[in-house]
Amino acid sequence: MKVLVPVKRVIDYNVKVRVKPDQSGVDLANVKMSMNPFDEIAVEEAVRLKEKGKATEVVAVSIGPQQASETIRTALAMGADRGLLVKAEGAVEPLAVAKILKAIVDDEKPDLVITGKQAIDDDSNQVGQMLAALLGWGQGTFAHSMELDGQTAKIAREIDGGLQTVEVKLPAVMTTDLRLNQPRYASLPNIMKAKKKPIVEKTPADYGVDTTPRLKVLKVSEPPRRGGGVKVTSVPELLDRLKDAGVMP
Amino acid sequence: MTSLVIAEHDNTALKDATHKTVTAAAAVSAPVHVLVAGKDCAAAAQAAAKIAGVEKVLLADAPHLDRMLAEPMQALILSLANGYDAILAPATTTRKNYLPRVAAKLDVPQVSEVLKVVSPDTFERPIYAGNAIETIEAPAGKKVITVRTTAFKAAGDGGAAPVEAVSVPPDPGLSAFAGEELSKSARPELTSARIVISGGRGLGSAENFHLLDSIADKLHAAVGASRAAVDAGYVPNDYQVGQTGKVVAPDLYLAIGISGAIQHLAGMKDARVIAAINKDEEAPIFQVADFGLVADLFKALPELDEELARRGYK
Repeated sequence: MKVLVPVKRVIDYNVKVRVKPDQSGVDLANVKMSMNPFDEIAVEEAVRLKEKGKATEVVAVSIGPQQASETIRTALAMGADRGLLVKAEGAVEPLAVAKILKAIVDDEKPDLVITGKQAIDDDSNQVGQMLAALLGWGQGTFAHSMELDGQTAKIAREIDGGLQTVEVKLPAVMTTDLRLNQPRYASLPNIMKAKKKPIVEKTPADYGVDTTPRLKVLKVSEPPRRGGGVKVTSVPELLDRLKDAGVMP
Repeated sequence: MTSLVIAEHDNTALKDATHKTVTAAAAVSAPVHVLVAGKDCAAAAQAAAKIAGVEKVLLADAPHLDRMLAEPMQALILSLANGYDAILAPATTTRKNYLPRVAAKLDVPQVSEVLKVVSPDTFERPIYAGNAIETIEAPAGKKVITVRTTAFKAAGDGGAAPVEAVSVPPDPGLSAFAGEELSKSARPELTSARIVISGGRGLGSAENFHLLDSIADKLHAAVGASRAAVDAGYVPNDYQVGQTGKVVAPDLYLAIGISGAIQHLAGMKDARVIAAINKDEEAPIFQVADFGLVADLFKALPELDEELARRGYK
């Protein structure tokens, strides 16, 4: 079976983001960019399926600027077989991403799409669900663990208060949560090998999708700041302060 | 111009998240209708009918809606969508699971995790784990919105809306419920508790995490954790407060042995009062804490427990 893994290039997880002074967005200049951490988990899961002999091919897809090919290379170094870059400048909204991915799925006919539950830049948490809906497929979001069983995927999902397990008919879309696996670091030989793996380049127009944003960003601002408070020196003093603040039951 | 709120409930009890979403919905497009979808969920529908400002409650009761799975919920909401200008749901794990499906089929961009309704088509929402706030304008046409419930006041009771049964489309049969494992706790739920006490990696082990129990019991607090503590295996993931876990806004947040990584702060910085105990006085948590105690938590926690007992907390 074939697995398609959409991956997004985002500001690195450890970088503190800065809002531009003119409030037009977040400063992306000279900032370290990496693969969205949830998408790394998706690549890892797909590569493990291949190593277990359940998947035959893993295709990594990214929609973004030319540099997103580096993100695809990371996926290839982790073990994906080939890449597909859909070149698009600027922000591409989740629905447009889902439409492009639908067209790619129609072409590639994977049995499973695995992607991150959300990207850590826009935090939308939409693409996987939207793609499943456009395809008329079932879904297992926020996956904590997954077993393939013939024509179904048994997916345990992180829900409020615990885990819920669903059996989803294949083909299906799965989105990853943190505990699904621990992504590997690509080894140097695998990084070298990944340089020889093919990446095909396309544009949204090749798939007939208009990526003009439909949501208009009026401004991006700093969140209200919380000033640091006071240091207390003892437990009784802490409790006195909390009582004075009116928050003790 | 009417909006439809997808209720949060467990087939028996209606959750507070519904009341908060009604508040957001009223600001987007009034009157407000509420959809209660599930199995044997008439009691939850009756509770929704009492929310002030709700004009009508739609009750969709069918065996296959028992677990409110994504695919049948999509079919149901789409079958009702025509009559509404806005569809809103609380940004809980169940609702986030299916609302984007509805938006995609309606060909509408979803606005996720709204913090504030600036005007009926303009919203504030957090990006980069709450490190930036985006103000966005949605295009004309239907709005599909999930709501960060901690940012809205709950609508009160006092309404008496009629409850109307709606027909439910058949199960698309794409997925089936196969089991559930809920963590059992007599404590309040993290997202609605007035006091939250959270532990971090500083606690050092799953056993040590239980040092929080007795304090939590005395304060009727929910117990949470940082992602570091979850990753270290001290507690299950549903304890996690932060960007990738739950967002809480209690009256009091007690951070114990938590360094205060950006990703954790994203989940608790809207608490009214934050108190932190950490042995590292340089820990970033002290930059947001209203009250900070630099101390070894293995000394401070037993002391806190005893001091609470001395002050009559049981």
